[in-house]
Amino acid sequence: MFESLTSRFSGAFSSLRAKGKISTSDIESTCQEIRQALLESDVALSVVEDFIADVHEKSLAALPTLQAGTNQANAIFEIVNASLVEILGGQARRVRFAKNPPTVIMLAGLQGAGKTTLAGKLAKFYADQGNTPLLVASDLQRPNAVTQLQVVGESVNVPVFAPEPGNAKTSGIYGGNPVKVAKAGVEFAKSKLYNIVIVDTAGRLGVDEDLMKQASEIRDAINPNEILFVVDAMIGQDAVKTSQAFLEGVGFDGVVLTKLDGDARGGAALSISSMTKRPIMFASTGEKPHEFDIFYPDRMASRILGLGDVATLAEQAKKAFDTDTSAKLEAKFASGEDFTLEDFLEQLQAMSKMGNMSKLLGMLPGAGQIKKQIENFDEGEIVRTKAIVQSMTPSERRDPKLLNGSRRARIALGSGRKVSDVNNLVDRFTAAQKMMKQVRNGATPTGMPPGMAMPAMPKVNAPVTKKKKSKSGNPAKRAQEEGQ
Amino acid sequence: MGLFSKFIAKIKGTNDFSPADWAELEQELLSSDVGPRLAQQFLEAAKKVKSENAEEALLEILTKSLSSNSHEPILGEATTTIMVVGVNGTGKTTSVAKLASYYKRNGKSVVLAAGDTFRAAAVDQLMTWGDRIGVAVISGKVNGDPASVAFDGAKNAQNSNSDIFIIDTAGRLHNKSDLMAELSKVKRVVEKILPINEVLLVIDATTGQNGLKQAKIFTESVEVTGIVLTKLDGSAKGGVALAIEAELGIPIKWVGTGESEGDFAPFEAQSYVKGLLA
Repeated sequence: MFESLTSRFSGAFSSLRAKGKISTSDIESTCQEIRQALLESDVALSVVEDFIADVHEKSLAALPTLQAGTNQANAIFEIVNASLVEILGGQARRVRFAKNPPTVIMLAGLQGAGKTTLAGKLAKFYADQGNTPLLVASDLQRPNAVTQLQVVGESVNVPVFAPEPGNAKTSGIYGGNPVKVAKAGVEFAKSKLYNIVIVDTAGRLGVDEDLMKQASEIRDAINPNEILFVVDAMIGQDAVKTSQAFLEGVGFDGVVLTKLDGDARGGAALSISSMTKRPIMFASTGEKPHEFDIFYPDRMASRILGLGDVATLAEQAKKAFDTDTSAKLEAKFASGEDFTLEDFLEQLQAMSKMGNMSKLLGMLPGAGQIKKQIENFDEGEIVRTKAIVQSMTPSERRDPKLLNGSRRARIALGSGRKVSDVNNLVDRFTAAQKMMKQVRNGATPTGMPPGMAMPAMPKVNAPVTKKKKSKSGNPAKRAQEEGQ
Repeated sequence: MGLFSKFIAKIKGTNDFSPADWAELEQELLSSDVGPRLAQQFLEAAKKVKSENAEEALLEILTKSLSSNSHEPILGEATTTIMVVGVNGTGKTTSVAKLASYYKRNGKSVVLAAGDTFRAAAVDQLMTWGDRIGVAVISGKVNGDPASVAFDGAKNAQNSNSDIFIIDTAGRLHNKSDLMAELSKVKRVVEKILPINEVLLVIDATTGQNGLKQAKIFTESVEVTGIVLTKLDGSAKGGVALAIEAELGIPIKWVGTGESEGDFAPFEAQSYVKGLLA
């Protein structure tokens, strides 16, 4: 998402950067360009006006202090960045936990915003941190929303409190009353010592007074610690009215943006947090339970401005590469051992743990320029490369020089690839290995080949930096290799 | 006085329309999600209006943005086959049920295919609707191939000589090319048995300018023949549908206005356009 916003911003700034000295009129025209960009991205007009006024004022105030010869455009860029972070809610805020468990989280939003899916993601998020969440099925409106929550709960291994079938044909002991279900759910959690309760509610329109009243009744019955307003990132100008209606009708403490993996321009994000003064707390970026994260305003601002989101990338890498593996690799590299296909396989496995490659690449600075390649990145490539390495014997992995023609044919057969694919992989691996040796010996590698440490990425030229490792256990062999 | 009536009064010469009023009208248009371009066009045209019957002239300007394509639902020779597509959470399954109910009430026999094999309990949701309305729902395995479910449904519809066959599909974001490819596969496979008469794209009235992109890309992969505009009972006016019509010429065919099966009607240009400025 935010792509077109990003490209508009970079357009505005590249013309500004071309100027050595910035004048008042340059600031005017930059502000005008940003205004247009925001309007085209569904940001509410009032929010746009406030934002522009803010940037305009701060830039003009900063202008006299800018030294000649310094990069003046960067100073303006910083002002825009800071204003963006501010409008997106400043610091990331975490859910406030109740002093006496359970912590009760209530979800509210329009129909189809993604509440039920989010409930599952949230439950998984907290369960992974060692909490014991309980899901409560209070959406008795939509046919089989309860079943959906049950399926979702099952997939993330979190129990679901669902006493009512919610298909309007039959009703259970609570007479199809979502308020009673919510209340009973929280009571149940208390008695069973669940420490987090996530209450899924029916989708409702801001103008539907009956349903808004019902939502406030649920709220009063369960007294939630957090009410999260779930909103589709593709929402348009109605974001203003709807979020206002929910704020007045039920009130909410934070916002969750869903479907951020689409190409929506994200105007909603800017409008809602600015209009309601409620922070965006989580962002949901896919249909799978783990495609979900805390929302960091500063990182989102960098992404909008095309600076990439290296912080998130680093975090995901840290999660995927366990410390043992990294330490082992580091030790190998330091001791002058060669990087082998075995190490490479470990890296590939860690990479697939990090998730969707195109999503990861999209977080790199300047990813906008290679957007097409990223979109076309073939996720299967990693799987296929893994298959090739896995079809080798351990000794072949340690010493690729063993790979003669018949061995290569066997590997191709075993992995279901062509011999040329095997050759290709081995060639690139050898090149990477050689380069690492140069790095270790202090020489500057000449032009990083695209696939160093990751020969699996033929289609994207993005500089994914991975630890460079090297090894060969046998001193004799090493001497021989180094002599080559 | 509403802005619109104020504007009309201005044209009739009983009121002044200041630059601030024009700005307000622009904001009003923008807030209906018709998009900056269409809003601009409308303002320019509106400034030229000097007719006695200003209200009609204005509605005329907006109505002109609607495409000249027919807004009537397409009916086939034998079994009319309708495929319903869209991004996640726009109301596809509900719209499928409403369509089925509409045709059932008009004395047609209907078969549904539960092609959303991906979202948890989507099949159950459609089955429940099928029970309520009293139409057959053909379903397959959870996480099964949607094309094969659609194929089975088409066979069933053909053998039972049904008047209407409607295929529900899983919601998908239009920028996921693999999922879009899956959708065109569903269409191809069904067309081996029954020609698809209508591909309806479900657009949520709260959608902003992204709706335009949705329509563009869905059309590229499955040739959308009409729009179902849902959730018009909220505060959103669904102006993006007008933008879609203006830019891509895809007619709005149905309008959803609530959660019950009866809250659904064929598109009516006058009331839609009036609603944009209400």
